[in-house]
Amino acid sequence: MSELFQDYANAARRSPAYDEMFDGDNRPRAEYNPVAAALDELNLADVTARADSMARTFLDRGVTFDFAGEERPFPLDIVPRVIAGEDWQVLERGVAQRVRALEAFLNDVYDKMTVVGDGVIPRRLVTSSAHFHREVAGFVPAGGVRVHVSGIDVVRDDEGTFRVLEDNVRVPSGVSYVLENRRAMAKGLPEAFGQQHIRPVEEYPRRLLAALRRTAPPGVEDPTVVVLTPGVFNSAYFEHTLLAGLMGVELVEGRDLICRGNRVYMRTTAGEQRVDVIYKRIDDEFLDPLQFRSDSVLGCPGIVNAARAGMVTIANAVGNGVADDKLVYTYVPDLIRYYLNEEPVIANVDTYRLEEPAAREEVLDRLDELVVKPVDGSGGKGLVIGPDASAEELDALRGRILADPRGWIAQPVLQLSTVPTMSGGQFSPRHVDLRPFAVNDGDNVWVLPGGLTRVAMKEGSLIVNSSQGGGSKDTWVVDGQSESAPIAPPVQPLAERVSVWPVETSWQDRQPEQQQQQQAAAGGEDGNNA
Amino acid sequence: MLSRIAESLFWIGRYVERADGTARILDVHLERLNQMPRPVQRDVSRQLLGVMGSRPTSDDFGLPELLDALAFNRSSATSIAGALGAARENARRARETVSGSVWEGLNTTWYGLTQHRKDVVGTYRFCHWVIERTAMVRGLSDTTMSHDESWQFLVLGRSLERADMTARMLSTRDVHESGLSWVNMLRCAGAYESFLRTRRASFGEQHAAEFLLLDRLFPRSIVYALSDAEKCLSNLNPAYQRVGFINDASRIVGQARTFLEFHQTDDLMSELPEHMERVQKACARASDAVSRTYFSQAAELSWVGEVS
Repeated sequence: MSELFQDYANAARRSPAYDEMFDGDNRPRAEYNPVAAALDELNLADVTARADSMARTFLDRGVTFDFAGEERPFPLDIVPRVIAGEDWQVLERGVAQRVRALEAFLNDVYDKMTVVGDGVIPRRLVTSSAHFHREVAGFVPAGGVRVHVSGIDVVRDDEGTFRVLEDNVRVPSGVSYVLENRRAMAKGLPEAFGQQHIRPVEEYPRRLLAALRRTAPPGVEDPTVVVLTPGVFNSAYFEHTLLAGLMGVELVEGRDLICRGNRVYMRTTAGEQRVDVIYKRIDDEFLDPLQFRSDSVLGCPGIVNAARAGMVTIANAVGNGVADDKLVYTYVPDLIRYYLNEEPVIANVDTYRLEEPAAREEVLDRLDELVVKPVDGSGGKGLVIGPDASAEELDALRGRILADPRGWIAQPVLQLSTVPTMSGGQFSPRHVDLRPFAVNDGDNVWVLPGGLTRVAMKEGSLIVNSSQGGGSKDTWVVDGQSESAPIAPPVQPLAERVSVWPVETSWQDRQPEQQQQQQAAAGGEDGNNA
Repeated sequence: MLSRIAESLFWIGRYVERADGTARILDVHLERLNQMPRPVQRDVSRQLLGVMGSRPTSDDFGLPELLDALAFNRSSATSIAGALGAARENARRARETVSGSVWEGLNTTWYGLTQHRKDVVGTYRFCHWVIERTAMVRGLSDTTMSHDESWQFLVLGRSLERADMTARMLSTRDVHESGLSWVNMLRCAGAYESFLRTRRASFGEQHAAEFLLLDRLFPRSIVYALSDAEKCLSNLNPAYQRVGFINDASRIVGQARTFLEFHQTDDLMSELPEHMERVQKACARASDAVSRTYFSQAAELSWVGEVS
């Protein structure tokens, strides 16, 4: 290994976590061989230059997220996260299974609530969820789909087993970085690409658009799809522009839309134009001041009524938040069994439900060993990691839990797996998680091969959120050598293609002729070369 | 297309052209200003700022203040840095509509703004850099964007701003007694060589003015820029190609152009500042009319909550 890995083995040995790149004997795992070989050729100066160049490219291209009003590039590390094809198959099945179960659950809780009647999940738990919206109860969304897009966060535990950490079925973000990271890596570490077949990710926008069009209100021949953004100050604004751009659809803000007669229109230079499918990247609470927050100007009044009347498809459907409530999460394995009659492919992380007295008692005794999370939080907000917290913080947490047991869950501190990451002039193990993205068109759940690997940039830190200083890695799903990789279509020989041009004189023949002409012109009286 | 996006594109066109025009004017004037005694420098600096549509912020206004006001002040849309910042912000808002390379061109230009020394020598280099960068953005927008509605709005903004800029430049002719020579005036517009080729070396003031005002083939002449704007307006609304001008903007621009074209050059020359002011007013009125016709739909949402 190159000098960059000199101290890596020691650092990795100190950590109990599963290392994605190296096995227990410090040898690269099979799926990492081409990456290891590529890195082996590089020295510190090379890697630093490439990392700088990647960062510069991100800034130039505006691949940024907005942090407290400042545009920051999302740091991309040069070592990719590699997942073997056979491991990916399991993840793919597990993610799709989860999406199908959550879709069924959402259809049920906004309709008959059989899941409650059959005693699978307590009614109180559903109705007390902050994102259970009675406003949308009792109607089937136009197009029949609720979870068009999802991001199911998974981690590898210290055994190397994948576990689901949480479900995101409201507005999961990050897919733009998956697309941009791949482009950047093709330039940053080209040596590693030629040696293997990495599953492409660029299909995503096409798949997303197809799914959105497919779920348009019935009877619409050629649906108009738009992406709805809260605007340029949103932290994911870059992603909104990228997706709208790659799908070739308009990126609208709430003020571009108008509802009339339960139909939604956008204001264009040629007057108002009907909108059929809205891929919303706004939280439910800001979507429609008539239904939710009356002080919101990000959304458009009347849009929920239009959806209720079946005149417009909103993706993801309003009210999905009840399915990614972290307390509901603890029931997802049961939901999979209940709705799909299948065993869960990927296990949950063990989780304490703090509203159950016995569990609560145990957790309150062991607060300093556990991670405690609010059930409706996102982006790592409000999360407390016991071993890192001070006595005062734990006391305050205890008070908050006792005041609102429904609002919290607790999990053991999980040693997320690590991947070598460039830091201070060498590679060190850094913890990562993974967000695979799934697109559901009603018939099929398609999982983007790869997903967003987020990495905690600080040593030992388990917090990977971008808003907390995390970075990312390109995620490669590589097909094993044993399996037959898809073969690219044969390239047409060049000679055949150029022969369609009538070639009368070759370039060499023409050169003297051109020179003659130029010389004649220069000598002529209109010439200005003299 | 969305009214809001059309408006952004129009302003990208205007701001990029404004940065380019201001850089050219500043570049040529700096050369002259440097050679003047300090008191004259101050007067000329103030007057130049006035022509560019701004007012001195303090009594102590001289060359360094002029550099700040026209080149580096990011919070003023009169300055190059301010115009480029505004163009970039508009592109950020219309990012899915402008091509990636146009956005990237503006974005890297914006990041590059900080890399220049803010003294006289640095400003020369800055002006040349701006002329190059804006040329690049213009080239990229012409070659990487479909020449559809979105591009028409961009070019419309560019053309109106260009007519306005050339008119401002011609107004600086009378800024000070020493007067900007016609050679320098032509240089401001990047027109010197093409003028020489068109008219040979035997030219007088009148010919130079004619060239910058009326030449139908030189892209920075006022008549050329106004015809470009007219073309965009009729492409945006083909219905008006037959009879009359229901469209205010087309009427205003057309009137301004024909007024110049059907006037005797001698008459134009004798009242140059008045005529140039008329052109600038026409550009401003046309801009307002475009905004009323195409962008007014993007008015702020006037929603009042049910619960106060």
